[in-house]
Amino acid sequence: MKATCWMGSNHVEVQQVPDPKILSPRDAIVKITSTAICGSDLHLYGHYVPTMRKGDILGHEFMGEIVEVGSGVNNLQVGDRVVVPFPIACGNCIACESEMYSLCENSNPNAALAEKLWGFSPAAIFGYSHMLGGYAGGQAEYARVPFADVGPIKIEDDLSDEQVLFLSDILPTGYMGAEMCDITPGDVIAVWGAGPVGQFAAASAFLLGAERVIVIDRFDERLRMVRENTRAETLNYEDVDGGIPSTLKEMTAGRGPDACIDAVGMEAHHAVLPLHAYDKAKQLTRLQTERPHALREAIMSCRSGGTVSVVGVYGGLLDKFPMGAVVNRSLTITAGQCHVHRYLRPLLERIRNGEIDPSFVITHRMALDDAPQGYEMIKHKQDDCVKVVLRP
Amino acid sequence: MARRKAASKDPLSQAFGWLSTGVGTVQALSPARMCSAVGVRPTPGSTALMRAVGMQELAVGTGILAQPQRAGLLWTRVAGDVAHLTLLGVALQSADRDRRIAGLIPVRRSDGSDRRRVARTVAAVLGVTLLDLAAAVRLSRADQDNGSLRARSSLTVNRPAEEVYRQWRDLEKLPEFMAHLESVRTTGNGRSHWVARAPAGRTVEWDAEIVDERPNELIAWRSVDPATVPNAGKVIFAPVRDGRATEMTVELEYHPPGGKVGKAVATLLGEDPQQQLRDDLRRFKQVIETGEVVRSDGSPDGTITQRLLRQRPAQPPS
Repeated sequence: MKATCWMGSNHVEVQQVPDPKILSPRDAIVKITSTAICGSDLHLYGHYVPTMRKGDILGHEFMGEIVEVGSGVNNLQVGDRVVVPFPIACGNCIACESEMYSLCENSNPNAALAEKLWGFSPAAIFGYSHMLGGYAGGQAEYARVPFADVGPIKIEDDLSDEQVLFLSDILPTGYMGAEMCDITPGDVIAVWGAGPVGQFAAASAFLLGAERVIVIDRFDERLRMVRENTRAETLNYEDVDGGIPSTLKEMTAGRGPDACIDAVGMEAHHAVLPLHAYDKAKQLTRLQTERPHALREAIMSCRSGGTVSVVGVYGGLLDKFPMGAVVNRSLTITAGQCHVHRYLRPLLERIRNGEIDPSFVITHRMALDDAPQGYEMIKHKQDDCVKVVLRP
Repeated sequence: MARRKAASKDPLSQAFGWLSTGVGTVQALSPARMCSAVGVRPTPGSTALMRAVGMQELAVGTGILAQPQRAGLLWTRVAGDVAHLTLLGVALQSADRDRRIAGLIPVRRSDGSDRRRVARTVAAVLGVTLLDLAAAVRLSRADQDNGSLRARSSLTVNRPAEEVYRQWRDLEKLPEFMAHLESVRTTGNGRSHWVARAPAGRTVEWDAEIVDERPNELIAWRSVDPATVPNAGKVIFAPVRDGRATEMTVELEYHPPGGKVGKAVATLLGEDPQQQLRDDLRRFKQVIETGEVVRSDGSPDGTITQRLLRQRPAQPPS
């Protein structure tokens, strides 16, 4: 089959690789009909994440049709249409039973690698380095889905691929980002990042009862997208006088947003060139692995006693963290890789009801063969690119 | 690796640690004064030597303080004492013959008080040497390393203790999750025959018996004489989380043939019982919780820590 393979820093190729086979009774094989490139794939593309090997198949947002099931899978049949969540969860460990599916204790056979970096290993993820399992990803024609009796959700409605594909990752991620803010009526929520996760975080914040949502980015087309699809207000940090924290303070008459969502993560960009250069230099010399501008700003902007909700991806260690602000102002920092399985059914319900149509973030549709082009496009945000969907 | 029980902080070796650190500091920071104190004329050569000796003392001292149970460091002190005695001996001789030895240790020639100082220093160092010797010998004897390899690991399993106990007690199923075991066959009367994979592609076989067994609490077994590789193991079960989960703790011990040398060889060949045990327990947890050993494309044989850095690409196997 064809698959998008990581071949080195800033280098992916679509290659012929063996078809996946059932290895365990709880496996299923999915014939992929739609798959997407994620912003976090760029961290692999730019080789910010260690433990990549040449030839690794990328991709963790995919859906398609079941073509084979293992003997232990009773809830799915050949021909079923499914969306597959990006974390691989067994459903049996303490973490899975507590609905913290992205913390599954069993799915990562390479747990010792992740433990070295993070103390414990989280769940494995499709196509996201050997540290997180070494599983082949879904930017391909077929994929083996372990624990298929736990993960995939069956789509029985007359909904297009584009309407449900993002249940795999970005829609629940944005939703969980908003949910972690513990929104109460009247709340003002600020979102850093107007990429697909930021778009869905803003939309979800409104669904969860926020009064106002302010989205921050530097790309006008992304800010326009969020204004057109939600009630959000926007700030372009390159045009704003006096910096984001003081602007947000003014917009809230001195109290600050009640919660701040970081939907940017480790490859943040900063308007102030020396600061950006400092963080970039430290990143290149491996003295820190992250560029946490958005996170620092979110902390400085947040109302005292408020919540900073982190769904942007971080990998290792960061520098110059405003811990003083966190402690002295009673901030709550809540973070996590999305426990997708928890949100599949409720969010599918909302899509069915027309409360949200996630397809609005798609700007480009390509054939799987054009994946290398898609990566370049997303990386450099060419042609107002926000989300690329690939068709095998 | 064998986990030697750390000897409790021996007060004598601690004292020597402080002594070395203290003296070393003074020697390194005030070498000229130290030279005078021991009766040697402070010249650029002798102060440089004194400073070097001070650095060495500091290194040994801090080493002893960091690892007071290591007999080897005390032996280093003894070696240092012998070296210092030699230097002082040279100083004494040059005092007698009133000439420089090796251009390094000239001694003031006046009323002989410096010669007496050197002599006093020699006596003091001699006394310290004897104490060092005694401490080093004592610590060496306390070293319990007899060439056995030990491993101990624990893991929490999300199943009640009865189930975990039952899975372990079925010894014939152990090879399902213990990668180095080829087969286990129960032969009745609490006895069983085990076949394990050994380094360099060989196998090792032995008979074992259950020596202690408390349902849902403990299983202990031991190889029966004569075994090529005598070994013993124990697994303890403790319920947690209101009985819904179990803490399982495993201790293994085995004696590779050849005592300490055999153990060194086994280690060199990549045998790390501690790591292997942890991998085994992870696989046990996977099997009992999910029903299978978890495999990925990068790790198609499941959790094997030794293969972590040599993974195949994350692609379906051909």
